[in-house]
Amino acid sequence: MTLKAKVHIFLKNGVLDVQGKAVEGALGGLGWTDVSNVRVGKVLEFDLKASDKSAAETEVKAMCEKLLANTVIESYRIEVA
Amino acid sequence: MKAAVLVFPGSNCDRDCKVAVETTTGGHVDMVWHQETALPSGLDLIVVPGGFSYGDYLRCGAMASQSPVMAEVAKAAERGVSILGICNGFQILCESGLLPGALLRNAGLKYICKPIELTIENRNTRFTSAYGDEQTIWMTQGNADGNFFADADTLQSIEDNGQVVFRYVENPNGSINNIAGIVNKAGNVLGMMPHPDRAFEPSLGSADGAPLFHSLQRLLQSA
Repeated sequence: MTLKAKVHIFLKNGVLDVQGKAVEGALGGLGWTDVSNVRVGKVLEFDLKASDKSAAETEVKAMCEKLLANTVIESYRIEVA
Repeated sequence: MKAAVLVFPGSNCDRDCKVAVETTTGGHVDMVWHQETALPSGLDLIVVPGGFSYGDYLRCGAMASQSPVMAEVAKAAERGVSILGICNGFQILCESGLLPGALLRNAGLKYICKPIELTIENRNTRFTSAYGDEQTIWMTQGNADGNFFADADTLQSIEDNGQVVFRYVENPNGSINNIAGIVNKAGNVLGMMPHPDRAFEPSLGSADGAPLFHSLQRLLQSA
């Protein structure tokens, strides 16, 4: 079966997200002063052939650990459907 | 000195590194494409050059760190071969796990391209033994992601082991503990954001990078 995988990657809490800070500053400048803790991350989407959902999740986790995320600075969340 | 400079798609300091090693040491330098699965035999030095390998896509150095040649570089590192990663090369060495930590986006979000003043924190490494008693040295730097980061435990061990080799006099990018360059625990792998390959003779504005290459030459003479 072919499944849709989605990987969300963000800098870990405690790692300064300078892009998030810049966006937060820009929003504040436009009047949205109630905004805080803006984080800029990325989303990867792809199709994956796998025997079932669980097998696909295992594969995507391996991809994250090997290449897609740098776990020194980033955390990731996987969705498979 | 027998050296190799790796070439990735998007490397742009590979020729600078070749000229720097040749000029400062009189050594022989082979250029090695990233798809190679073997390195030239008898290497004394492998340089991972600056640039924008794979367009900095995903993360700086992420894709390059998985190139076939990097498996050979890891084996060479294990054997004790000197490995020097400059700028994108530093990012690649961190991504490959040969050095601890990671390089984040510069705190000011700007691409910083300017001469930069450094202190030499450890003069007993194989990369710094030829430096004298200079208080500070100058090299140039050009990057958008030079903000070194390591978690608290890793940072503590880097500091305790004397692995910090260069620090910025004035922190340009938010780098933790002003770190500009570090070695691995064994001391044979150096990663640094400033460019010794752009500072090896006075006509370049600074010759302060030359002793780094002389240090590696001295290592061979003492062997």
